[in-house]
Amino acid sequence: MYPDDLKYSKEHEWVRMNGNIAEIGVTVFAQESLGDVVFVDLPDVGTDVAQFAKFGEIESVKAVSDLFSPVGGKIVEVNAAAIDSPEVVNEEPYGTGWLIKVELADASQLDDLMDSATYQPTLE
Amino acid sequence: MASSANTSVNHPYIPSTDSERAEMLEVIGVDSLDGLLGDIPIEHRHPKLDIDAGLSEQELSTVFGSIAAENASSSSGYISFLGAGSYSHYIPSTVRSILQRGEFVTAYTPYQPEAAQGTLQVGFEFQTIICQLTGMEVANAGMYDGPTAFAEACLMAARVTKRTKIGVLSTADRRLPDTLLAYSKYQGIEIVEISTDATEIPDDLACIGIQSPNFFGEIEDIERLTNLAHENGALSVVHVNPTALGMFKAPGEFDVDIVTAEGQPLGVPMAFGGPYVGLFACKKAHIRQMPGRIIGRTTDTKGRAGYVLTLQTREQHIRRERATSNICTSTQLIGLMVTVYTATLGKQGIKDLASLCYQKAHYAASEINGLAGFSVESLGSGGTFFHEFVVTCPESVSKINAALLDKKIIGGLDISDRLDNGMLVCVTETSSKADIDKFVQALSQIGASA
Amino acid sequence: MTISAHAGDIDRRLLMDRSVTGRKAFTLPDSDVPEQNLPDSSFLRDDVELPEVSQLEVIRYFSVLSQLNFSIDTNFYPLGSCTMKYNPKINDELSNLPGLADIHPLQPDETVQGAIRLLKNLQDDLGEITGLPGVSLAPLAGAQGEYAGLLIARAYHNARNDSVRTVAIIPDSAHGTNPASAAMAGLDVVTVRSDDQGNVDVVNLRELANENTAVFMLTIPSTLGLFEPNILELTKIIHDVGGLVYADGANLNALLGLVKLGDLGVDICHSNLHKTFSTPHGGGGPGSGPVMVTDELAKFLPKPVAEKTDDGYVLATPEMSVGSINGFHGSFSIAVRAYAYIKALGLEGLQSVSENAIISANYIQAKLRDKYDLAADRYCMHETVLSAARQKKRGVAGLDIAKRLLDFGIHAPTMYFPMIVDEALMVEPTESESKETLDHFIAVMRQIDDEVDSAPELVHEAPHDLPVTRLDEATAARKPVLRWTAD
Repeated sequence: MYPDDLKYSKEHEWVRMNGNIAEIGVTVFAQESLGDVVFVDLPDVGTDVAQFAKFGEIESVKAVSDLFSPVGGKIVEVNAAAIDSPEVVNEEPYGTGWLIKVELADASQLDDLMDSATYQPTLE
Repeated sequence: MASSANTSVNHPYIPSTDSERAEMLEVIGVDSLDGLLGDIPIEHRHPKLDIDAGLSEQELSTVFGSIAAENASSSSGYISFLGAGSYSHYIPSTVRSILQRGEFVTAYTPYQPEAAQGTLQVGFEFQTIICQLTGMEVANAGMYDGPTAFAEACLMAARVTKRTKIGVLSTADRRLPDTLLAYSKYQGIEIVEISTDATEIPDDLACIGIQSPNFFGEIEDIERLTNLAHENGALSVVHVNPTALGMFKAPGEFDVDIVTAEGQPLGVPMAFGGPYVGLFACKKAHIRQMPGRIIGRTTDTKGRAGYVLTLQTREQHIRRERATSNICTSTQLIGLMVTVYTATLGKQGIKDLASLCYQKAHYAASEINGLAGFSVESLGSGGTFFHEFVVTCPESVSKINAALLDKKIIGGLDISDRLDNGMLVCVTETSSKADIDKFVQALSQIGASA
Repeated sequence: MTISAHAGDIDRRLLMDRSVTGRKAFTLPDSDVPEQNLPDSSFLRDDVELPEVSQLEVIRYFSVLSQLNFSIDTNFYPLGSCTMKYNPKINDELSNLPGLADIHPLQPDETVQGAIRLLKNLQDDLGEITGLPGVSLAPLAGAQGEYAGLLIARAYHNARNDSVRTVAIIPDSAHGTNPASAAMAGLDVVTVRSDDQGNVDVVNLRELANENTAVFMLTIPSTLGLFEPNILELTKIIHDVGGLVYADGANLNALLGLVKLGDLGVDICHSNLHKTFSTPHGGGGPGSGPVMVTDELAKFLPKPVAEKTDDGYVLATPEMSVGSINGFHGSFSIAVRAYAYIKALGLEGLQSVSENAIISANYIQAKLRDKYDLAADRYCMHETVLSAARQKKRGVAGLDIAKRLLDFGIHAPTMYFPMIVDEALMVEPTESESKETLDHFIAVMRQIDDEVDSAPELVHEAPHDLPVTRLDEATAARKPVLRWTAD
């Protein structure tokens, strides 16, 4: 449910590092709380986002939530599949349902995030 | 004043009897109604009210009959040439008949789609018809009225372009920018007037708001103005008369971004100004910024087609202070009237209707233009008008209209605030040639004695 | 192909799919004027693709569709906060009278004296009922009345050069239009908490109220169906810091003749004529949301306001009006119906409306409280907010219970509102329903509670007996199909 190789924020986003590129999505807990995801609104590639700042919105049939970036930096890629077929966020939140990739500005920001073992108890 | 359950009167609208009330109060565990009102400050409970005693249904009919009789209308032998946003059209019997269906009239907003498929399918038909009429990709299920639809369209353009300056064409009905002003006053929006022959516009406009036919009845050059808007990164918002769309090119043919209209001409009584319905259509790309209710098609658990309210996260009940609008109605019942009306007229009828209005209005204009002292003016982009036109009169319109009223004629609208001695005349299919000739002859007599 | 023999099967094809070239439902008269020149063909369009169907097809299509609806005329509709009461038929008839339905909004005042007199009389009655004598009937719905009220509040502060007031304080139990309208009026929304009794937290309000407070928006009775016991203190807190109190009148059906909002320190309110004053909901409008204010604020009302002068009745623009919030004079036909309703009931009848609405709601609450949790354990006003929290623990959500009610021909209560109540089911019976109907509803609700354990799948999969089962709203939103297309 909460892979060990990811880092987690208290707003229920996850980060996967590949070199200095941070891949970002929402956790199983987030997608289950939302229910069927019907729309994601993501920023333009090339824009900057600050750590813990809002970068988009995610909608289910009857709820809308802000998306907050667990790390700051320049957005280098957004997931077109999640925009075209938002159900992938429900189906594979850690895989094809990722949302944005950010070029990490400051690696020390990762220290502000939780590992799986720390994140899971916060869900109870 | 004493009050308890036993003071309740028995009324046809209230079924509970004294003994039933007593029985219910006993179950609740209080002696009287006042036992349930403990939270209301006692000094303010049961205030004195100056309201008349109730009337029987028969008495009501008499009272309202006499109120109605105090008003001048076609039913009391008057003929009228008023338009300017509310139009006299014949309403087919099918519209009145379907309007008798309590299942439509007394239903609530379709929040439980399984129990509201009738309302929802009608709404889907309505959205389809508005798209077919305007040539646009998507439409919502209805707004309050034409001017509020226009105001919301301009605010939507501001959201889409992330700009705050809104241009409105100088030939638009002032009710459009006036309503926009009331809607946008505290949202940091600036409204500027754009001349109908403008070749340049500010480069920070969110949109150009164009009314066509404009307030003076004339067709605007939607194509040129839309291109001008797009060249400057602005949207084009076009406010149409839906009857004219039976004849004139649809705004969708000109790459317009948002189309609004007053739906009243499509089968809705003039009723002293309301309720009407605002029509609202746009390009599919902008749908998430669209205000109002939207109905979509889907399937049930058995795979059967059905309809639901959709894209609801735009709306106030979910997004609250960040909603696209505070509107929480689609003026559904008036949308039903529009839907039945257009279905009844059909492909041929809408064309015949537009043609009839055009023919009669142009006949009236040519007759009036031939009168000494009267002349038909062109104030718009080319002088091609649909069923309304402007006449300058040999004396003040108020005097002329007073004289016309003596002959049971309600003259055109006095627009002397926009043009000296200007009268805006509207002629639809409900005016016979005899009515028009009577009007022309009366103008001739009044003009001669001026 | 075999045709299935089910009288109940419904043909749901859309009009365009029924269209046959050359069919018509209507004929326009021939032109009786000499033929006029058409404009240049560059102005003209090709055909409008509207359906071609016969007149009978129009009538049958819409009549059959109507039968797929629940409505007040056919079903009990205990939809909280919506006041689904009987819509008297005489009101529809009167609004369609020649002389009322066929008058133009721009006719000279002297030709519409009856219409303006009617508006003036309705203004006076609404002013009397609410204790707020300045009335404009212009707003076209509750949300517009609310927005007009906020414009008035802002205009009042601005006129006193008190323009730093940019905050609207709104309870956490408020309807979504409150914050949406506040945002439209350029106000920042600050939320005041409810206490454990469901009342506005007085201490919290005192902390939040200050020199920036423009307006406090309060629904009376609250969306929990409760009358604020501290109302006089709440309004005083706001007045002491120079703010105004706005009352959302959505729940006015509880107060007719029992208390006047103006007496409680309310400065501005709106009323939904389509709720308290019985005008039909129409499947989602048209509504009407008159705004009522104190004498001091009357000069700011949106135009027009009907007035009586020595020369007769006129439609006037108040001295410092906030302007036009829509095209003409408001929902006139709705005003006609509401006025007919007030005239039919009269003073005693109006009082009886609220008395019976309150007794009926408390009766339901008393009869269901052993099976369903209450949002607040005290007497309610005209509606009671139940919670399906207990049922949720046993595996069935409030949504399922609401859907199961449909199988019994009863419309669902308002669900999941107010948001501060877990699994909320808000029930408003109104004064229109007989004790037999209330008892039937109570019995059904108790039976559904049994089914939660005895036959949970019946509840989970409800409704079973309607034109459609549950609909796939997720796909509707992901891949929107919003109109007919040829394919």
